[in-house]
Amino acid sequence: MRRMMSRPLFWPLAALLLLLVANGLFNPGFLSLQWRDGHLYGNLIDIANRAAPLALVAMGMTLVIAVRGLDISVGAVMAIAATVAAWTITRLGAGNNGSGLLPLFAAFGAALGAATLCGLWNGLLVSKLGMQPIVATLILMVAGRGLAQLISDGQILTIYYAPYAYLGKGFLLGLPFALFVVAVIFIALQLLLNRTALGLFVRAIGENPRAAHMAGVRATTITPALYVFCGFSAGLAGLLVSSNVASADANNAGQLFELDAILAVALGGGALAGGRFSLAGSLVGTLIIQALATTIYSIGIPPQVTLMVKAVLVIAVLLLQAPRFRSQVMSLLRRPARRSA
Amino acid sequence: MSVVSGSARSSWYASLARTPGTLSLLVTVSLFVALSLAGGIRYSGFLAPQVFMNLLIDNAFLLVVAVGMTFVILTGGIDLSVGAVVAFTTVLLATLVQQHGWHPLLAMPLALLIGAAFGASMGLMIQRYRLQPFVVTLAGMFLARGAATLISVESIGIDNGFQAALAGARIPLGGGTFLSAGAAASVVVVIVATIVARYTQFGRTVYAIGGNETSAALMGLPVGHTIIRVYALSGFCAAFAGVLYTVYMLSGYSLHATGLELDAIAAVVIGGTLLSGGIGQIPGTFFGVLVLGLIQTLIVFDGTLSSWWTRIVIGFLLLAFCLLQRLLLSRKALQ
Repeated sequence: MRRMMSRPLFWPLAALLLLLVANGLFNPGFLSLQWRDGHLYGNLIDIANRAAPLALVAMGMTLVIAVRGLDISVGAVMAIAATVAAWTITRLGAGNNGSGLLPLFAAFGAALGAATLCGLWNGLLVSKLGMQPIVATLILMVAGRGLAQLISDGQILTIYYAPYAYLGKGFLLGLPFALFVVAVIFIALQLLLNRTALGLFVRAIGENPRAAHMAGVRATTITPALYVFCGFSAGLAGLLVSSNVASADANNAGQLFELDAILAVALGGGALAGGRFSLAGSLVGTLIIQALATTIYSIGIPPQVTLMVKAVLVIAVLLLQAPRFRSQVMSLLRRPARRSA
Repeated sequence: MSVVSGSARSSWYASLARTPGTLSLLVTVSLFVALSLAGGIRYSGFLAPQVFMNLLIDNAFLLVVAVGMTFVILTGGIDLSVGAVVAFTTVLLATLVQQHGWHPLLAMPLALLIGAAFGASMGLMIQRYRLQPFVVTLAGMFLARGAATLISVESIGIDNGFQAALAGARIPLGGGTFLSAGAAASVVVVIVATIVARYTQFGRTVYAIGGNETSAALMGLPVGHTIIRVYALSGFCAAFAGVLYTVYMLSGYSLHATGLELDAIAAVVIGGTLLSGGIGQIPGTFFGVLVLGLIQTLIVFDGTLSSWWTRIVIGFLLLAFCLLQRLLLSRKALQ
């Protein structure tokens, strides 16, 4: 038991299970899954599906935070990607009357290209110019939505193009397609980080940048690459969101995603000061956030409470990570025990 | 060239280069003057004195928030909760005055107290448990916005006579120009803050912490207390800005002032304060806010440019000033 408890994924998973079981007790139908029209339906699938965009953003954020960085521009990048995709589709005159798949790939290419460029921009500011990450990405956070509105001319762009909807609403093998997108990225990252030395390098840069530099780890290449990936994953998330609602809103797409992504990393056990990170943990953190939101909706508490619950969660997780708080709690717990002995 | 020129010239240049804060301030002021002149040349009526008074009237709350933010950033921290605290204050005031019949003069001090206490508790967590300021204040932002929506989801209009009189109050400055009560209050805040930053022990400790926290502690300065007080001050300023905002808008709404924290940070940076702490001035922030306001006014005067250009220009200015700061710092490091 003790060994199980010391595994890094134990606490996040326990929290998620507790949340789901508590829901199952209040609402017996909550955990059930149904097979209908060749699709799997149920609250669990729904939570996973809704969490998909955040999961993508959180994976990028995990890696950036692991090297002592931060990317608060992800929400703006999502808005840019969504707008670019919608703009491309409108430009190519794609409608429902079968104009082939060319507009689809053009939209993906343009949107992901733009998002990757955003990531590269952030990476260069942080790594080449040595700006603080929060400041460097603040620039894009402020200007990004302005750029997105410039492309959309301040309008909410509606997408009338059936193939585009598949990304966010389609099903593959009975499961939402978005889950496969997340799975592919996750597995690719795991292979890249664990089968090559990259994971070790990332950890080294986060634990001690100077020592990593002395040891010959090329932080000036790795750090921008991670920001590029963060931009790319945010772009992908933007595509998922816009495909799901069949429109692109430059002003509101991806609003507050930067905060939720940071929260997911913290909940998953990643150290916000860099070094320790866990992609699987961040995914669990994402699921916790979505499960919490769904729970609050389903038991009829006003949804505004979600914000406060998230705030309390962040503070609790941070305090539990803080060495001084731990030792204070420990000494409080030990004192009565000593008295009774 | 500096070798050939007289010693007097090279010495003022050297003293400017040694204090990057002053040089940044000069750049900000020149930018403000240049923007005003450009506006004056392109648009008729742009240089009317009242246009500049309106800058203060429309940005009074941003100015007060940015002053609090300057102190926080001078210590090397950041406060992302300010916009949410402004929103919370507007909702609290509107509810107390409109629905519970409190007198505004009773509700306002309560709001200020809550803001300061809220900031102090965030400062306590940052200082005692060594948590990162951006995460703690992020949580604070969630908490304050959540609390605001919990009190009321709807926007609450205020028709209290005293509030309305305060909103309509005009302080004539001669020549047909005037300031609102809120704008005058914000100018007072700037003056007081400048004096506090320059001439009090608290102010000097703030600069010392930003320069090097360990050295400040070794010098025997009250580092811990000062950090907590800085966040309390920022919370107080945000609540004060909330009071000004309530008077300005005559309503309380949980979605008021979204993204205000970004504008405040931008104003502080454009005003020449270094985000790594230790260097910067309150007057710089004053001009930073004016530059932001001027950009907005320019876009309004132009009429053909869309509002999103504001965001893009502010982003560009942020970039330019961050680059300028790096340049000044690297030159300082070389000396």
